[in-house]
Amino acid sequence: MPNSNPETKREMLDEIGVQTVEELFVDVPERLRLKKRLRLPHSKPESQVRREVEEILSRNKTSSELTSFLGAGCWPHYVPAVCDEINSRSEFVTAYAGDVYSDLGRYQALFEFQSMMGDLVAMDVVSFPWYDWASVCSDAARMMVTVTGRREILAPRTISPSRLSVMRGDCESFAHIKLVDNDKRTGQLSLEDLKRKISPNTAGIYIENPTYLGFVETQGREISRIAHDHGALFAVGVEPLSLGILTPPGEYDADIVCGEGQPLGMHMSFGGGLLGFIACQDVERLVSSIPHRLISLTTTERAGEWGFTYVLPERTMFAARDKARSLTGTATVLWAITAAVYMSLLGPEGLRELAETIMQRSHYAINRLSEMRGIKVPLFESCHFEEFSANFDAAGKTASQVNESLMSSGIIGGKDISSEFPELGNAALYCVTEVHSKADIDKLAAALEVAVR
Amino acid sequence: MKETETTGYHAVSWKEPIVYQLSRKGRRGHQAPLAEEGIRETIGNVASRIPEEMRRMRPPMLPELSEPEVVRHYVRLSQETYGVDSGIHMHGTCTMKYSPKLNEVIARSAKIADVHPLQHIDTVQGVLRIMYEFASWLCELSGMKEFSLQPRGGAHAVFGNARIIRAYHKLKGELEERREIITTVLSHPSNGGSPAAAGFDVVTLYPDEETGYPDIEALKAAVSHRTAGLMMTDPYDTGIFDSNLEEYVKIVHEAGGLVAIDQANANSLLGRLRIGEVGADLCHFNLHKSFSAPHGSTGPGSAAIGASEELSKFLPVPVVAFDGDKYNLDYDRPYSIGRLGEFYGVVPNVLRAYAWMMAMGAEGLEEVSDVAVINNNYLIKKLLKVRGVGLPWRGSHPFRLQEARFSLERMKEETGIGVVDVNHRIVDYGMQDMETSHEPWIVPEPFTPEPPETMPREDLDRYAEVLDAISHEAYSNPEIVRTAPHNATISRIDRTPSRAPKKWAMTWRAYLKKTGGDRD
Repeated sequence: MPNSNPETKREMLDEIGVQTVEELFVDVPERLRLKKRLRLPHSKPESQVRREVEEILSRNKTSSELTSFLGAGCWPHYVPAVCDEINSRSEFVTAYAGDVYSDLGRYQALFEFQSMMGDLVAMDVVSFPWYDWASVCSDAARMMVTVTGRREILAPRTISPSRLSVMRGDCESFAHIKLVDNDKRTGQLSLEDLKRKISPNTAGIYIENPTYLGFVETQGREISRIAHDHGALFAVGVEPLSLGILTPPGEYDADIVCGEGQPLGMHMSFGGGLLGFIACQDVERLVSSIPHRLISLTTTERAGEWGFTYVLPERTMFAARDKARSLTGTATVLWAITAAVYMSLLGPEGLRELAETIMQRSHYAINRLSEMRGIKVPLFESCHFEEFSANFDAAGKTASQVNESLMSSGIIGGKDISSEFPELGNAALYCVTEVHSKADIDKLAAALEVAVR
Repeated sequence: MKETETTGYHAVSWKEPIVYQLSRKGRRGHQAPLAEEGIRETIGNVASRIPEEMRRMRPPMLPELSEPEVVRHYVRLSQETYGVDSGIHMHGTCTMKYSPKLNEVIARSAKIADVHPLQHIDTVQGVLRIMYEFASWLCELSGMKEFSLQPRGGAHAVFGNARIIRAYHKLKGELEERREIITTVLSHPSNGGSPAAAGFDVVTLYPDEETGYPDIEALKAAVSHRTAGLMMTDPYDTGIFDSNLEEYVKIVHEAGGLVAIDQANANSLLGRLRIGEVGADLCHFNLHKSFSAPHGSTGPGSAAIGASEELSKFLPVPVVAFDGDKYNLDYDRPYSIGRLGEFYGVVPNVLRAYAWMMAMGAEGLEEVSDVAVINNNYLIKKLLKVRGVGLPWRGSHPFRLQEARFSLERMKEETGIGVVDVNHRIVDYGMQDMETSHEPWIVPEPFTPEPPETMPREDLDRYAEVLDAISHEAYSNPEIVRTAPHNATISRIDRTPSRAPKKWAMTWRAYLKKTGGDRD
């Protein structure tokens, strides 16, 4: 603290015209003031803080020290060194909310994030980034309710349970979320059940692609048509790397796209690296229902300069307070900048190749595991991207027993989903990406042989 | 030399093209690994396994650049961004304190970066211990019973508190009746927006002309059987502590409502006042403000919700628990509002805040508040010498806590130059622009500098000198101010796309469509 030395403080208090610092706290009623010192540890020098914190953190085991096959909303991907280089630039790390004249660079990087995300999902409007996939699901629901004036959202039974839980809590006061069954064999959304459940109260249909259970939903276009025929909107949640190889929701007539941007250059950080994004068609009624800040490209007085300006700023909570009936605020811009760096590094071809590698490796794992006795994999006859479910009923093992056995070989198995989806039996959700070599997958297969024996 | 050049400063101005304009066909900045031969032989052409309707036919129109070009582009954009590390950056209400570099090293270490949130509890004992200890430190600091670190920003925490207030009244069977949250207009807008998002009707109280906060009678008139709770910020963004707070708590509690206090401005009261002892049922701290986590160009932030003994059962799940031997994630809390977000919050920011608090210690936290309050009152003294600058409620509150909200009303009346113009001019002097005020502008022509404990005295002097120089310009040569900025990264922008659907372009693809596809 630069002004902490007693002399400086004395001079500053003299300048203010008071004897003691206490006089400056005159507004705080005497009886409310804390009379004793906090029972907290004493102050420590940097070297000791570092030593202590590093010692505590050393008790963590990382996903690379072990071999992890966990995904389920936060995925292991390689982070190019350039991503960390740029998101460590202290200007980006320590800026906040300056206008374009002092902060042009962060606006431009953000616009580039919006643009590249728009190309990935094939949508013309992308907003400021937000907390995580779950939070933008809630925003998508809110937008559909606002635009249609209806209060019911249809979502697939295969939706991520944690996202559904956040969404139900967030939407409790304004929307009801009803689940639509899926085909038991393929996992695909049951169009019959969808047609049964859609009604004049339906504000919108939300699906995930790839689904939480890892397979690709192929009926996007039909679901979209059913929604629109009933005057409802259609929203799709996506994992962005899959769009290197999968049709983007904008091409099957989604009105809104949302998803999790963590795979685009963010570390997992115990779930701390999440980046929710939301996109929509460039239609005024949709744009004006987005709760987050939006920036548009613009020009300036001098030729050759780009500028950026806030679109319909009166929409958000900042200007409208409670009239906005939605929240926005400190977002996840440092991660959006990182995602922009990531996408510009990979480019269209790099992204396609990466998506192919991921799929080849996950399909190799599916092949290896499906040869084994005692394991059923995958549980759905559909095309999978990077995640797939496996069932251990035939081996008479629970998913947690299997995981315990794997751990003894230094492997973190898939997420136990037995309680999330009881109908799938003793099952786990495995994730295989570009970070898993053939040797890693072979090692998993060998350890699983032992685990289900 | 033209007068506009006399500030001696010019911002970096690269006229950097949009990344798409730098694209050259066939370039690549990163080579993803290819699957091993053995895998490719077994699997073959994987795309053919995708049903045709779901196979991407046209690749996304992403730019194509090499690694050095990507690095140069984003380094240039970072140079055109003004952070706390760049110079004088005192956006009020935001507590723009310096973030110690050790905390960056810690937050980015592989021991946290490479940890998956669903790993077995035995493999994450380190990070859980930090989360548990940090939450217990916040309990000691605030006098609350228990904390959740799950909110990913301040508005998220206020929203979480609104959801807890809902859950409380629902459990009592009174939610149907208790529809209203009372707030005060000088509280952060999320104290209105977040409860509204949670389904409440919001009643907003306005400050008394004399005191700067609402009259007790105004609150009494607003409170009724419909009151679910009071959600407000204290101290306010005016730097005034609402000393009616204790009385408000009593009134709202008597009416059966709850009280949630936004502690975003807690930087002035660390170790001096514990909001739990004033009777708050709920509160929240922003780790990216008082606890030194950096603001990341607008996030990720991080916040912590504190609950009283009675309300802690409603906190979001999971909560980090400790049985004396092992740290665990406790989901078995039947009254919990459920999840507020995925996983456990912005954990790297919790690490930064933990390391910061460990470095400060009890005595350091008190010193933080003392120095921040001295800084603020020193700056007030200096700024009030500047012609055209006023401080509303100065008579009743000559001294302020963490910040002050000034007014340029007199300057505007006398010169036609108001805060928007001054804000354009101030960047010409090499400083970050000023926080004006959240809406609505209760203070006319407002600006709100907040000088946290990390600001050297010389920066406070410089800030006042620059304001004084601009004031002189406003009174003697207003044209310079009116046409500013002159030395910034760009000249005045055209704001018409803000409200013109045919002109706005939130993406490059939209821009190309609306301008006829001209890439240059």
